[in-house]
Amino acid sequence: MIGIIDYGMGNLFSVSKAMERLGVEYFVSEDRKELAGADALILPGVGSFKDAMERLNETGLSEMVKQYAGSGKPMLGICLGMQLLFAQSEENGLTDGLALLPGKVIRFSGEKAGTPYKVPHMGWNRLRFINKSPIISGISEDFVYFVHSYYVSTEERKVVIADCEYDVDVPAVVGKGNVYGMQFHPEKSGGLGMSLLQNFIQLAKERTIQS
Amino acid sequence: MLTKRIIPCLDVKEGRVVKGIQFVELRDAGDPVELARFYDQQGADELVFLDISASHEGRKTMVEVVNEVASELAIPFTVGGGINSLADMKRMLRAGADKVSLNTAAVLRPSLITEGASFFGAQCMVVAIDAKFDPELGSWRVYTHGGRKATDYEVIAWAKEAVRLGAGEILLTSMDCDGEKDGFDLALTRAVSEAVTVPVIASGGAGNAAHFVAAFRDGLADAALAASIFHYKETSVEEVKTFLKSEGVNVR
Repeated sequence: MIGIIDYGMGNLFSVSKAMERLGVEYFVSEDRKELAGADALILPGVGSFKDAMERLNETGLSEMVKQYAGSGKPMLGICLGMQLLFAQSEENGLTDGLALLPGKVIRFSGEKAGTPYKVPHMGWNRLRFINKSPIISGISEDFVYFVHSYYVSTEERKVVIADCEYDVDVPAVVGKGNVYGMQFHPEKSGGLGMSLLQNFIQLAKERTIQS
Repeated sequence: MLTKRIIPCLDVKEGRVVKGIQFVELRDAGDPVELARFYDQQGADELVFLDISASHEGRKTMVEVVNEVASELAIPFTVGGGINSLADMKRMLRAGADKVSLNTAAVLRPSLITEGASFFGAQCMVVAIDAKFDPELGSWRVYTHGGRKATDYEVIAWAKEAVRLGAGEILLTSMDCDGEKDGFDLALTRAVSEAVTVPVIASGGAGNAAHFVAAFRDGLADAALAASIFHYKETSVEEVKTFLKSEGVNVR
């Protein structure tokens, strides 16, 4: 069973609908205990980093998410949910994140060598695979749908599984151990997005069979 | 590289797509979900649903349409028309829309943009602007109420203000070009696109694939929207994209 974390910020509907399209059993919950029992967790999110962290901290969900990550069960942050996995963001003042992955979240500058780049980075951009990972197994590089004004900057290149080209190289799929993140919206990215979610679910299934 | 987006627009009235849609291969050309699927298969990058229902019941039906489209399709879509409050936005976004578009309501109460942006994020706040050139003003004037009412706003000033208030995207319709099929208003699109930092969707005037090339190349649009040329099969999303590619415009 896939648990989708409801902390009042995410576009839970589209992620839930994607689970239904994949024929996967899921539940949406804000209950720490219930979520801790899930075979895999999805942390969705749209809105601002600061608001999201405040809610996660107030509800005790941030502690739960950290413990869950330590359990070895697969976890996936989507869009803002991915950014929350990192150490810090500069959105609306510096805010500490969940710090499960190394790096910080900064705003697009909006220009490169005098050429303006629109912010938000909005629309379909092509993934480029950088590091091997089970999350992209059997998948070819293709387009996915992005909408974001902040991006992850990290020194540790091995956590970046895929990126895309904008005014900077934008980390698009990240991962370390059992913790994954996608900056784009896989649930809105056509066939490729659905395949990525399928791979994530497969990780949960394999782990359940093993244990 | 980020690609340029092609966006078909569907007018929905009381839950049914209107404007004589000529698709013989569709079982029910009035069904928003079936049409959405058709455009998705053709490679549409996003969809816009414009609710033109006049009744309260029609508006309620729109929520069901949004819900169904979101259940069936894995591409992003925007809902506009009749969205006047935070509650209206919430209803549409909860039903599965990715963005909501504000037009008249934003002009009448600009703080609505900020309210929406701080609650849902700027990325889902589209401000739609209906623009018409005004020789006296020497620039374009903002119109509301479906183009029936002139406002005191000049388009570029209003676009900048909308972005300052939290708009994440501008849907810019040229009333001068709309329905003429003579091409997008390139001067208008370029002026707005250069003035704001957020993406601009060009709308009004698409008549053939070359018009889209011009909208991106000369109009500096980030996306282009069209209704009738797709609905009446004068061209298809697929054809437009093939042509754009051959012209060196980056598309999906």
